[in-house]
Amino acid sequence: MNRRKLVSRIVFSVCAALLGVAFALPLIWFVFAPFNAQADLDLALPKPPTLANFARVFANGAAVGALLNSLLQAFGTVLLVATTATLAAYALARTTLRGKRVIEYVLLLFSSVVSGSAAMVPIFLIVNALGLIDTQLAVILVFAGGLLPTAMFILRDFIASIPRGYEESALVAGASQWRAFVDVVVPVLRPGVTIAAVWAFVQVWGGFLIPFVLLRSEQRMPASVEIYSFYSQAGTPIVPLLAAYSVLYSLPVIALYWYVNRKYGFRFFGGIKS
Amino acid sequence: MSSRGAKVSSRTGVAFMTPAALLIGLFVVFPFFWIIAVSFSNRSLLGANALHPQFVGLKNYLDLFDPATFWGQGGFGPSLWLTIQFVVFSALCGQVLLGLVLAWISRELSPRAKSLLHGIVMLAWILPDVVVGFAWFAYLDRDAGTLNQLLRGLNFPAADFLIEHPFLTICMFNAWRGAAFSMMLFDAALQSIPPSYLETADVVGASSWQKLRDIVLPLIRGHIVTDLILITMWTFNVFTPFLLTAGGPSFESDILPIYTYRIAFKSFEFGKGAAIGVIVMLINLAFSLAYLRLAQRGLRKKGKAA
Amino acid sequence: MASIQLDKIGKSFGAVDTIREIDLAIDDGEFVCLLGPSGCGKTTTLRMIAGLEQPSRGSIRIGGRDVTCAQPKDRNIGMVFQDYALYPHMTIADNIAYPLKVRGVAEATRHEKAREIAEVLHIGQLLDRLPAQISGGQQQRTSLARALVHPAAAFLFDEPLSNLDARMRVEARAFLHHLQRSRGMTAVYVTHDQAEAMALSTRIAVMCAGDIVQYAPPLEIYRRPATTFVAGFVGDPPMNLVAAQATRNGHDVALRGAGLQMAPIVSWPALDLALERSDRVTVGVRPEHLRITAGDVATNRLHGKLFANEAMGPESLVTLDLDGGVRVTARIFGDASLRIESDAAFAFDADRFTLFDAQGVRIPGAAEDPSN
Repeated sequence: MNRRKLVSRIVFSVCAALLGVAFALPLIWFVFAPFNAQADLDLALPKPPTLANFARVFANGAAVGALLNSLLQAFGTVLLVATTATLAAYALARTTLRGKRVIEYVLLLFSSVVSGSAAMVPIFLIVNALGLIDTQLAVILVFAGGLLPTAMFILRDFIASIPRGYEESALVAGASQWRAFVDVVVPVLRPGVTIAAVWAFVQVWGGFLIPFVLLRSEQRMPASVEIYSFYSQAGTPIVPLLAAYSVLYSLPVIALYWYVNRKYGFRFFGGIKS
Repeated sequence: MSSRGAKVSSRTGVAFMTPAALLIGLFVVFPFFWIIAVSFSNRSLLGANALHPQFVGLKNYLDLFDPATFWGQGGFGPSLWLTIQFVVFSALCGQVLLGLVLAWISRELSPRAKSLLHGIVMLAWILPDVVVGFAWFAYLDRDAGTLNQLLRGLNFPAADFLIEHPFLTICMFNAWRGAAFSMMLFDAALQSIPPSYLETADVVGASSWQKLRDIVLPLIRGHIVTDLILITMWTFNVFTPFLLTAGGPSFESDILPIYTYRIAFKSFEFGKGAAIGVIVMLINLAFSLAYLRLAQRGLRKKGKAA
Repeated sequence: MASIQLDKIGKSFGAVDTIREIDLAIDDGEFVCLLGPSGCGKTTTLRMIAGLEQPSRGSIRIGGRDVTCAQPKDRNIGMVFQDYALYPHMTIADNIAYPLKVRGVAEATRHEKAREIAEVLHIGQLLDRLPAQISGGQQQRTSLARALVHPAAAFLFDEPLSNLDARMRVEARAFLHHLQRSRGMTAVYVTHDQAEAMALSTRIAVMCAGDIVQYAPPLEIYRRPATTFVAGFVGDPPMNLVAAQATRNGHDVALRGAGLQMAPIVSWPALDLALERSDRVTVGVRPEHLRITAGDVATNRLHGKLFANEAMGPESLVTLDLDGGVRVTARIFGDASLRIESDAAFAFDADRFTLFDAQGVRIPGAAEDPSN
């Protein structure tokens, strides 16, 4: 019995190690290259390790501008999604609105059926008709529309878990409906809003297709498109710069996921991420 | 009891919903209907058809399914067939199986080892598309890439994977990229199984495989089906492989999202692109209806138990 | 403080009548309990008074003012919820002061008032804590303080003690009793615990399936339950109910049932009237009015096999399975040395039983005015 347990433990550990290495392999290069001033696509220990690549990124106006664009687009979308989704999710969770069920069902269907790649033609045409092609606002609006249904479902589940007594006691205490919403629901809902906001931020931050289709000018492109053009179009990519830039660009996403995971633990909200 | 509760009046409800409804209406619902409408027209980006597109009936659909070109190079048929293979190999075999194995293995690991393993797998999932695109570009480089260095070290022949095995490459890539979701879903599912179930099996002397087959799999069947549907739907719509191969070379990794993009934004045939979009959405619809039905059945079961 | 009147109040959810038609008059300074099993409509009734639920029919007045359609905030009430509904993000002081905050009272003043009421409720030392950091009993007091901090017209309680453990519940009950009696506040209190209703109320409204079955002071309800439902709901253990058949012999009526033996009784008009409709009646005897008797000495008696004999300390609960299959319980002072499954019998006095007619409605006693 004990020997069998030991053997199975060893087998499991070896499998785990192999899988871990397999998953880590494509990323190992990123551990070294950004700190290597002469980095190329091969795996080499930087000698000596240096932060020069990062300095070069910060000296590059286009690269920094793209990061700022990413920030602007992500924050704009998060703000829009967080406010509108909270309001709408509250209405969904708490009204007696007739046809609420139908709205939810249709929303859920639309949000999963209309994918970015299938809808890019009409979205492009709508944005074109609105005269918003090549504007940051277009990127923000389109992202917000696409992310809203899922954000609403994340928040609706949170709201549904708030005891109705919270609002009721506020109403009885003399608060108006709006007051009860602002004083009681919104503060209690903060973890939900945080999770939805982080999720939305990460989606926009990493989003490639929407800005790629909607933007034209170099100076409005977010980092995702910028990086892609760095390594796909610039002839021979400037590898050290690109490595450092990729790491810088990834940091916020890693930090946010780490924060959410540590603070709230990972849960599943209507297929978070994709 | 459920009908009780603080109710927000319908008027307030409508007011609260309006901003979200506008955005969703404009960028989700409207595109859906426009796609259908445009798919019956010869709309294009430039020229006369951009401003005054004509109704062409089913022409776009007929063109897509035209037996003369359907199976042709860069046609709809190969792309659809490639996408189905892509889903089967990278999602169903790749992500789901990998996820299950990872979740099952990590049960037996120490907490630290488990969080390390999960961390690595998660990293593949959370990094932005272009970064993993670049990472794999470097990883697979013909001369210096990590993979080829490793292969040479093990005395295997090196290869330019992006050129020689583009389909295999995007399958591997997608399995690597998405396994984390399945892993976490199954991890949560496994944790929801009361330890006493497995301890009972230990007491009667069941092996790890017997426990998985006889106790765990039947108990997490619902999670598996959920995972299968979601993963299939996402993989079906994933655009990221574009960053590796851009569909090439010679259409060997030309999955549907890339095909759509190419028709609409490289050839600027919006009508035809929309027709493909409609077909993709119909397939999505089938998956999400299946998912919703399952989800609701799950809810009803829960309701009964409560 | 104010009176509350419910006039022909009804509530339907779809085609289902949760509340059929309720009339309830609560005087200024009264403590009225709505007592009944779950699903009887007591909470819905309370929530309609609060304005959290809109009645389908009828009208509600608080302090003479018609508030049927008024928002909860315009009714000037204080309410304590079953789960306390303390806001997790606010300190105890802010929780208590919230009704004052929404009324625009300045922060210093409202914290002063919160402190005052918190002192009364012995939670003055907790004001800076968060709800998650205090015990269940303290949370209960906090929610009570929040309801009391503002001088409301009436106070509504929705099973406020049901989340406390047994010992705390008795303590909190006495506290509530003292508080209400000393302040003379009008209170409506929902509970399914008959002991709570008995201990707290000036009057109890016993509810069953959306109707008020009886509305009377606690002792009246205990002594003269209007129906077999009330008889079986109030009292712990509740009144024993045994089916019987009446046979007339001139003015005498003989009552006989499985396991029940009684001396003939002299009929009176109310009984006559009931027997004209049906000869089936129910005999009700309170557990404390039963005593153990040996053999067949007593004339009024219940006999069967001993089912259980539970010694509780000062008293024992002795349960018999009557020959007819009905189970009856006696509350015996001291302890009884009886063996399980042995034959046993209970005796009761001729003036210590209640009669219900075939519909389960109480037949007024010989000495009572039948119009009662």
